[in-house]
Amino acid sequence: MSDLKNPGEGIDFGLFLDCVHCGLCTSACPTYTELGDENDGPRGRVYLMRQVAEGRLGLDARIRKHLDLCLDCRACETACPSGVHYGRLIEPFRLAVEEAEHQRSVVKRYDWFRQLVLFRLFPYANRIRLAMTPVRWLQRLGIYGWMERLGLFKLVPGRLGHMVTLVGPLVDQGPKLPKFLPAKGRRRARVAFFVGCVAEAMFRHTHWATLRVLQENGCDVLIPEGQGCCGAIHFHAGSSDGARKLADANVAAFDLAEIDAVIVNHGGCGAMLKEYGLHWHDDLQPARRRFAEKVKDINEFLDQLGLVPPSGRIEATATYHDACHLGHAQKVREAPRRLLAQIPGLALRELPETEICCGSAGTYNLNQPAMAQRLMRRKLENILKTGAQIVLASNAGCLLQIGREVRQRRAPLVVLHPMDLLDMSYRDAKPAIASTPARR
Amino acid sequence: MIATATIPLLRELRRRLGAENVLGAPSELVVYECDGFTIEKNRPDAVVFPRSTEQVSEVVKLCARYGASIVPRGAGTSLAGGCLPVGGGVVVMLTRMKRILTIDLRNRMAVVEAGVPNLELSRALAGSGFHFAPDPSSQTASTIGGNVATNAGGPHTLKYGVTLNHVLGLEAVLADGSVLQIGPVPDPAGLDLLGVLVGSEGTLAIVTKVWVRLTPNPEDYRTLRAIFTSVDDATNAISDIIAAGILPAAMELMDQGIIAAVEEAYRFGFPLDAKAIAVIEVDGPAAGLDEQERRVETICRRWNAREVLRAADPRQRELLWKCRKMAVGAVGRLSPSYCIQDGVVPRTRLPHILRRIAEIGAKHRVRIVNVAHAGDGNVHPILLFDERDRDEVARVLEAGREVLAECIASGGSVTAEHGIGVEKLDFMSRLFAPADLKAMRRLREAFDPAGRLNPGKLLPSECGASAQT
Ligand SMILES: Cc1cc2nc3c(=O)[nH]c(=O)nc-3n(C[C@H](O)[C@H](O)[C@H](O)COP(=O)(O)OP(=O)(O)OC[C@H]3O[C@@H](n4cnc5c(N)ncnc54)[C@H](O)[C@@H]3O)c2cc1C
Ligand code: SF4
Ligand code: SF4
Repeated sequence: MSDLKNPGEGIDFGLFLDCVHCGLCTSACPTYTELGDENDGPRGRVYLMRQVAEGRLGLDARIRKHLDLCLDCRACETACPSGVHYGRLIEPFRLAVEEAEHQRSVVKRYDWFRQLVLFRLFPYANRIRLAMTPVRWLQRLGIYGWMERLGLFKLVPGRLGHMVTLVGPLVDQGPKLPKFLPAKGRRRARVAFFVGCVAEAMFRHTHWATLRVLQENGCDVLIPEGQGCCGAIHFHAGSSDGARKLADANVAAFDLAEIDAVIVNHGGCGAMLKEYGLHWHDDLQPARRRFAEKVKDINEFLDQLGLVPPSGRIEATATYHDACHLGHAQKVREAPRRLLAQIPGLALRELPETEICCGSAGTYNLNQPAMAQRLMRRKLENILKTGAQIVLASNAGCLLQIGREVRQRRAPLVVLHPMDLLDMSYRDAKPAIASTPARR
Repeated sequence: MIATATIPLLRELRRRLGAENVLGAPSELVVYECDGFTIEKNRPDAVVFPRSTEQVSEVVKLCARYGASIVPRGAGTSLAGGCLPVGGGVVVMLTRMKRILTIDLRNRMAVVEAGVPNLELSRALAGSGFHFAPDPSSQTASTIGGNVATNAGGPHTLKYGVTLNHVLGLEAVLADGSVLQIGPVPDPAGLDLLGVLVGSEGTLAIVTKVWVRLTPNPEDYRTLRAIFTSVDDATNAISDIIAAGILPAAMELMDQGIIAAVEEAYRFGFPLDAKAIAVIEVDGPAAGLDEQERRVETICRRWNAREVLRAADPRQRELLWKCRKMAVGAVGRLSPSYCIQDGVVPRTRLPHILRRIAEIGAKHRVRIVNVAHAGDGNVHPILLFDERDRDEVARVLEAGREVLAECIASGGSVTAEHGIGVEKLDFMSRLFAPADLKAMRRLREAFDPAGRLNPGKLLPSECGASAQT
């Protein structure tokens, strides 16, 4: 292995030194909480990466296993008093490991699953929609629910099976998004909307809700053409180049001069967009940084703008789950709560262990299904403890993951994005909640 | 332990506990070579994760058979190297024994396994009107077993006492693998084994289960922060508050250096030009609190406090405590490494010791910042350094020793709550008379004749040598 580049080489060593080894982060880490092994906790992972970077340890299969099990949920960043930028350690480290393997070419670059599903399918909304057609047909025919309950999808092999079960029931997604939507009433801001891939294919209805909420709040909304996937899936699966190309396409698609903010409504995409300026050191870096500075999560943006209070009553109990890439990576925690609190009639209950990942974590649930499943179970237990009828999350991955668990366990819960609910309140619509709350 | 003996021991451990509960590969052992104290490191030969008291007992018996030493470990937040595997051996992790077994509000008691994080219990008690009083700053992570083993304290120790005051009973595995249960109902006959085991830093037994006392929440609080223009004024005010017969629940001090780190981490809005901030909490029946608050404020003003402010709401109070409790960790923002001391002096000597700490820092060209459980006279000078700078490390060690010597000279001690571990071994012979040390050594021998439980900690060996590095 001596001819290989050390995966820690490109990492600023100072980032390792920020860690003073106090151990306060351990209990915030989902994998440590589940397994109790320091190797599966943030302090241990930083230590392992540092050992490799310093050349004291070679990167063996065991170390890889512990690093691969990391969700990159960044709960450790929230817990760390010392300000360790954990994401800026694990992400480049993983990328370098992937690249080293590629060089060695003993292992195939990416297995079939990543090649096909992650790289050929995911970045393209239209392809995802096409790929879902068989599932959608089963749903139209009314047999999907039965198949799911009977566990028939378990017969679909491995990770593909996991993906099939993530597809939610049919909802009216609404028409294709337009290029522009005008503000209602006095104009307070002019923004551009980031559409994304999975979000567009599976949550277009939430996009519509978000756009209507923006209009209600006096925003002109542009939906620029030429934008695409944020690149997070590539980046986290170890393809830095692929991610950079997508990033640059997005940077080129938005004309920053004519807008106040780039609005994104899913935490995972938002975190990626906000970090465009950090990942690649080339001529385009300043442009990426300028773009990143304009990016605002929808919750954050509306909270700063000052929400026009909605008036439609929603008599229900709800709980809000902090999506990792919104709460930990973007540190947007209070804003969604403050927005939801303004919906008349809505009782918001705090979710125990809200800071612990639901196991979705980008494509983690596809690559580490066992741990993802453990975390999902834990999450649902906590949700049920609140007695909520509605569970809210501001990220596609969480919505899919929680949604599947809710369906499989037949829990009487409605899973929504905060914008879905706000939009209902503006339109005086009601969510389809079960009459009895899910108290246990 | 000789390496060749490790292989059969590992095989046996795997057979009994299952391979997923045993680590033996060097690349997986390396993270267990130190804890919150990183100056000394040593890799263990194995790490095991028992899931029950019976399994702990089995591990202990196996280690006895193979002559391996045992290092119990909870969250590994020890600041004194309590989890350092001196000479190798088997690290026994309690982190997979983390069930809260019973919460019995009527008897004001909870039963927990040793690996339950302190905060986990507090969370489980939320809304019950009770809490577990020991609140070390590491409480988000540190385990109740670890708290017991180190007799941990925290800001609220001032009024509510240390961990020992909140432990009703223990289940522990002794060096021969037998299981001991003490309490939970006190029995005046017999020796006070609880007092012996609490704070024994894993050298007498492995704690597996703890019966803890639950304390009713106070009816109300007032949490104040007083901003001072000199450290002297702050420490004098703190002394005077106690002298006036007021017993606050907590009385904490942060100096200017710490305030900068904490402010960067949590943006509370502390004035960065303040030389010291005292966080003072009074609690109890709501009726007397306004009066207590007024008296505290008057004393602070008498010592030139620039401002005395009350936490506006529960949220602000929570953030204030978070700032104070995370202060030590936040120091990572000031320098790559730090070494935190745990000196304690009679409260009236606080102004003196803090002045001396500043002088010692200047003399050795070491930057020192301070937090203190000031009400208890417990100072935590934090010495900042870069571990890659050998010369600086040497100066830090020297300055640290001098600070602690000054604590002893001021009629105090070298640890209030972090324990002796390996870090403070050298001081034991200065703190205790030879006869005292001998008695302790004999007690330890009675519990662990072969000396395999956490060797090289707490008590210096007969010849006075400290742990190997
Ligand atoms: C940032 C920070 C702040 C801190 N603040 C405080 C504070 O305010 N007050 C305070 O008192 N301490 C404090 N500490 C020190 C430390 O957190 C405490 O000593 C804590 O009680 C250790 O718990 P742990 O689970 O991490 O134990 P560990 O660090 O794992 O172990 C500590 C010692 O106890 C032994 N041990 C652990 N579990 C068991 C068991 N089940 N049976 C027998 N022996 C066992 C170990 O062998 C070791 O000697 C702080 C530490 C940090 C890093
Ligand atoms: S909390 Fe931060 S400084 Fe402490 S061990 Fe974890 S990452 Fe390191
Ligand atoms: S990112 Fe999440 S899973 Fe990874 S170490 Fe941090 S807390 Fe643990």
